[in-house]
Amino acid sequence: MSERAQAGLGRLQSDRRIVLIAALVVLAIVYPFIVEGLQDLPVIGDFVPRTGSMVVTLVVTIMALGLNIVVGYAGLLDLGYVAFYAAGAYVAGWLASLQFEGVTFHLGSTVSNELPGIHISVWLVLIVAGLFTTLVGILIGLPTLRLRGDYLAIVTLGFGEIIPQVVRNADEDGLGFDLTNGTFGISPIDSLGVGGFVFRAQSNRADLYYWAAVGLLLITVFCCVRLRDSRLGRAWIAIREDETAAAAMGVPLMRTKTWAYAMGAFFGGVAGAFYASFKAGAFPADFYFNFSIFLLCMVILGGMGSIWGVIVGGLVLGYLNIEGLSTIGAKIQDAGLDFDPTKYQFGIYGVIIVAMMLFRPTGLIPERRHKVELAEGVHDTPLYDVQHEGTLTDRGGDDG
Amino acid sequence: MATAAAATLKRVRSSSLVDAVGLLLLAGILLWLVVEFFQDPTRFINVGIIGLTNGAIYGLVALGYTLVYGILQLINFAHGDVFALSGLVSSTVLVSVLGMDADTGVLMVIVGMLVTLAITIPLFAIINGSIERVAYKPLRHAPRLAPLITAVGMSFIVQNVSLAIYGVDFESVPPFIPRTAAITIGDVVIQWNKLAVFLVVIPVLATLTWFVRSTRQGKAMRAVSQDTEASAMMGIDVNRTISVTFFLAGALAAVAGLVYLLQFNMRYDTGFELGLIAFTAAVLGGIGNLTGAVLGAMVIGLVQAFNEGLDGTPGSDWTRSIVFGILIAILVFRPQGILGERTPEGA
Repeated sequence: MSERAQAGLGRLQSDRRIVLIAALVVLAIVYPFIVEGLQDLPVIGDFVPRTGSMVVTLVVTIMALGLNIVVGYAGLLDLGYVAFYAAGAYVAGWLASLQFEGVTFHLGSTVSNELPGIHISVWLVLIVAGLFTTLVGILIGLPTLRLRGDYLAIVTLGFGEIIPQVVRNADEDGLGFDLTNGTFGISPIDSLGVGGFVFRAQSNRADLYYWAAVGLLLITVFCCVRLRDSRLGRAWIAIREDETAAAAMGVPLMRTKTWAYAMGAFFGGVAGAFYASFKAGAFPADFYFNFSIFLLCMVILGGMGSIWGVIVGGLVLGYLNIEGLSTIGAKIQDAGLDFDPTKYQFGIYGVIIVAMMLFRPTGLIPERRHKVELAEGVHDTPLYDVQHEGTLTDRGGDDG
Repeated sequence: MATAAAATLKRVRSSSLVDAVGLLLLAGILLWLVVEFFQDPTRFINVGIIGLTNGAIYGLVALGYTLVYGILQLINFAHGDVFALSGLVSSTVLVSVLGMDADTGVLMVIVGMLVTLAITIPLFAIINGSIERVAYKPLRHAPRLAPLITAVGMSFIVQNVSLAIYGVDFESVPPFIPRTAAITIGDVVIQWNKLAVFLVVIPVLATLTWFVRSTRQGKAMRAVSQDTEASAMMGIDVNRTISVTFFLAGALAAVAGLVYLLQFNMRYDTGFELGLIAFTAAVLGGIGNLTGAVLGAMVIGLVQAFNEGLDGTPGSDWTRSIVFGILIAILVFRPQGILGERTPEGA
């Protein structure tokens, strides 16, 4: 086959890909209109999620894409991603609710101008939350990123445990200043809206939030694709594959890893703020360790580093978590069996994680490079080790 | 040359600054402890005893982490949940099978606990060994993150097994070991149920030390943890040694589950938090270092007890944050721990 023919074939494949993506996007956009029709279908109708559930599913998918930057691209295991979700949600709580009654500040908000507290347009808050969370990510990353992989995992886990406890305790009693309203959380948080058109005041508010979430997901996917192919993204993958070689090629390890944290955190923060606005509140009970593992499970199920895989993983598990398991549970109980899958959801995620790692470590939709890494093995001894900072700690024999 | 020297100088300077800050912080805490001691010595010692008792329990779990880490460089997240399940099984054996209650005589209590251990130790040694066989062994040559992620998954599976068997309620045992004073010196009181923890833990630690120091298998474990490949070349059966390590860790978890029950209630998710505390203890002492794990556990136990029992502390709301704050601080300032880690990389 001539080169031209091959190029033509490649173009044809990429054309087909674009058509497929466009079709999926259109399907996603019209979903609120067809959902009732789908729910009337026999057999599968019961399993079609409501639009409100789809909003949550999309939000967690965005978070999974953010986590994928850290875990999938850069190969840094982050077990405390929930901290970024919390940070984003509380920024929304601070900047778009009645939390700080002492000040009255309004900027493009959808609520009445007389209301006390800071009320900034939630669209703006999404960006501010992203930036704030990026800062949190950098602050967490700077002291910890020189640790080797497993220590890093446990430190992020530690932060993921500390931050929820801090938000739970940072009220009048614990801090002497009511920062987070303690266990009650911050509520209500303002709604998204355009001018006087407030999403939450509409009868089809779930649909409106759903379209906003689809838009956010598309932006996230675009950013993920561009990041992956960028200089930074290639540096992440280089570090993941072989830290020593990457450093030898002039990749600045600390800076590159910190960027992975920062970018991953950004999407966590945006999604967290969006979720808080949709739920109209930031509640400390939402920020628990299991949520981090839930997101990690999406990344592993879909395929570490694979954008399309993570989207599939996120949609599947997000759906199962919010609605699917209880639907399946109802079916099982209708059939006369006494088994409630929602009770064992994390056991199910545990089984998925272990099964995937054992039988298909590349995930449902593998990323090509990752597949090669897992098949051939990589030299993943970290260059920077805890006790010999800046020296080579080559154990050897790992690059088999 | 000059730049290299400058970089070295900078590193030395920055690390000595970091050390100075850390030492200052430590000195401040010690000063506060001394002040607290002289304000109310009795309370201080009583709180300290609570801390040491909890520390002894944490130590048993921490040893499980440190043994496995020393050999495989794997944080076995499932270990805490194995511990929780073992405690739940112990409660069933003690209460439902043996029917022990507050009126049981001393001899029967001792026999009952020995019988319980005779059941749970082999059972959980086998369970822990099977986890290794099923989940970790196939991944021995995979990238390092793979077994770590699997361990997280395993942790959830074990936790849900506990949930499926025991539900969400807390299990407890009747106070067949009385909470009355065993030893009283002035106002300082050591209760029987606390003393019992030490009576169980100390022989177990002695046996473990003997096993690792003096037996062939213990020698093999130490060899494998220093250099897996060299030990394989010297004819040591590495797979068997790893299995034995997991058996040992499981057995220790079983003992820990029993002694934990003497102090506290437990349920399916007790193991998660306790596992993290124990892991922190192992890192604090220097992971891979057996003495260090116990020492670290005692320190963590004391920190927790002082935080919850003395004045001028953040209190129990913040215990978790303090423990993890310590974990992060050690990893950042002194990652090799108090006594230094003993892993192939650290050797």
